Amino acid sequence: MKLYEYMAKGVLASYGVPVPAGRVADSPEAAAGAAGEFGPVAVKAQVLVGGRGKAGGIRLAETPEQAREAAAAILGMNLKGYTVEKVYVEQKLAIERELYLSIAIDAAAKKPLVIASAHGGMNIEDVPEKDIVRQHIPIRWGLMPFHTRELARRLGLTGDLARQFGDMVLKLFTVFRRTDAELVEVNPLAVCRDAAAPGGLRLVAADARLNVDDDALFRHPDLPRTVEASPVERRVRELGLAYVELEGDIAVMANGAGITMATLDVLQHYGGRPMNFLDAGGGAAAEPMAKALEVLVSTGPKVIFVNIFGGITRCDEVARAILAARDAVGIPMPLVVRLVGTNEEEGVRLLADQGIQAFRSMDEAARRAVSLAGGPAATGVGGGGAGGFHAGDAAGGSGAGGRW
Amino acid sequence: MAIIVDEKAKVLVQGITGNQGSFHTRQMLDYGTRVVAGVSPGKGGEQVHGVPVYDTVQAAVDSHGANASVLFVPAPFAKDAAFEAIDAGLETVVIVTEHVPVHDAMAIMAFAAERGATVIGPNTYGICSPGKAKLGIPPNVIFQPGVVGVVARSGTLSYEIVNAISEKGLGQTTVVGMGGDRVVGLTFIDVLKRFERDEATQAVVLVGEIGGTAEEEAAEFIKTMTKPVVAYIAGRSAPPGKRMGHAGAIIERGRGTFDSKVQALEAAGARVAEMPWQVADLVAAALGT
Repeated sequence: MKLYEYMAKGVLASYGVPVPAGRVADSPEAAAGAAGEFGPVAVKAQVLVGGRGKAGGIRLAETPEQAREAAAAILGMNLKGYTVEKVYVEQKLAIERELYLSIAIDAAAKKPLVIASAHGGMNIEDVPEKDIVRQHIPIRWGLMPFHTRELARRLGLTGDLARQFGDMVLKLFTVFRRTDAELVEVNPLAVCRDAAAPGGLRLVAADARLNVDDDALFRHPDLPRTVEASPVERRVRELGLAYVELEGDIAVMANGAGITMATLDVLQHYGGRPMNFLDAGGGAAAEPMAKALEVLVSTGPKVIFVNIFGGITRCDEVARAILAARDAVGIPMPLVVRLVGTNEEEGVRLLADQGIQAFRSMDEAARRAVSLAGGPAATGVGGGGAGGFHAGDAAGGSGAGGRW
Repeated sequence: MAIIVDEKAKVLVQGITGNQGSFHTRQMLDYGTRVVAGVSPGKGGEQVHGVPVYDTVQAAVDSHGANASVLFVPAPFAKDAAFEAIDAGLETVVIVTEHVPVHDAMAIMAFAAERGATVIGPNTYGICSPGKAKLGIPPNVIFQPGVVGVVARSGTLSYEIVNAISEKGLGQTTVVGMGGDRVVGLTFIDVLKRFERDEATQAVVLVGEIGGTAEEEAAEFIKTMTKPVVAYIAGRSAPPGKRMGHAGAIIERGRGTFDSKVQALEAAGARVAEMPWQVADLVAAALGT
């Protein structure tokens, strides 16, 4: 779960990380009010995607009136598919230079990884490798102060700035561990002129990202929640199934993330355009599958393609789900079903009794779906060819039917 | 021969009294796996399909001398259960549980490394050495003893491929599901090394997917292997930045793309199947059968 910048900064501030003064606003008036309090401000779109600055989602304002105009321009703006509903109005900083600091999970090393650079403010991917400093953190002892001194040394930080940096890293690591974060990123980490600070310089988290592990949310009732999903995605996810919207016209349901992805790949290979990723899971029950199919019908695809290799999922359950969905809402568009695996015979029979012929071969089922959607890849299965169907099984080859 | 588990596996099931634990204990017993005991706190003294249940792993080990465990414990308790198994000295710990917090997974792997235990998962279908033992949840019917080692990140997709290898009459030495999560116990390289050493394994199938860099790292090792490797990578059509179910199945920041994986594998001498059903054919061709 990604948090909005203002939420992330709220969490960071609660752990003692210095952040600029700021306030969330959902109207131009509220933005003007905040600017009246803070003086010169930055008005920043609150969206869950990066790159908002380049897309016009950040504007500077010297006066409340300018802040009002900036907010009016940004609110309602479409940024990479997300509508901006809130802006964060933040006191402008006197930035001397910009650093980069993040803590992420290095999956290969199975450890947290601190990444820092003296060149902040840009995408870390664009920073030359020689300017990036990395430090793995052993999970058993956690981050130690010596780690931070070494990081500061490698970044060329000295004096009180090095001390402030070490303090910042320790606090961010505490946030990382305590919130079950997948990523804590401060970019830019701003070095600001501040007469009141020792050495005249102060480190401030000018921007912040905090991504929390979805699987750990159960133990963080105190953290704010965000939803990064379309209405359809929410409906299917509420059934406990994984769903991602895509831009095609063939609706897909399969069981297991790997085979669902492979199904999309095969459809695309034959020139089809998958409309969604719907993983009904390794052992989905009939009822959520039926409900998910109903949602697919409601999205109005040209074709629905159900691709099941039943292991834990039983083919008869899948057949019942398909029939239940058809009874409940009707399935007006063509339906292509590929059904193989546990209880295959019963599932195939249940469907055949209701006039639905299931395929055995994924290849031919996929080509059929693409051809029904009007795609270019009708080769070999035109004319309703029975070759790939269970009944004929002639073109399926390898005499596979017998193994089940 | 086989890798990681064989007919000597004496298996505990943690969470044996739950729905999943009980169902799959039956399946594992049917497959011929020696499930010697179950563990469910507060349920000690009960039996599940004739398997005695204990309150703690230590109690089960003391009575039965187990060397492996399969976890069907709910995600919030998976870390505790895995630590319990590792602390009791079990050599192989299979964590079937999905949705284990990633910070818990990191802790489990650190403890396992300290004790020399092999962790498979989390979010795995498990491991099967056909004809010897199955630890986990894949359907019994897809396996056949044979000569192909299979290692995969995802479940149902590897069932599809394993099944096709069985239908070709090649069969498998061992099928390993590493788990779909980002932080899992085994890497492709850990498994490939074992297959390379295993005398019975003549060819290896690697089933990967987009996201992360595990396949690219595996390619470095494949360069040094003497046995043929056939790979399939899922997710060619996935748009960047979209999470497709698994924690792993996501392309971020230009890393772990389909093209980079296929290029790395092919450069290392692996044959990459374009479609899942072509894997078995490529293996047969590589073995000259």
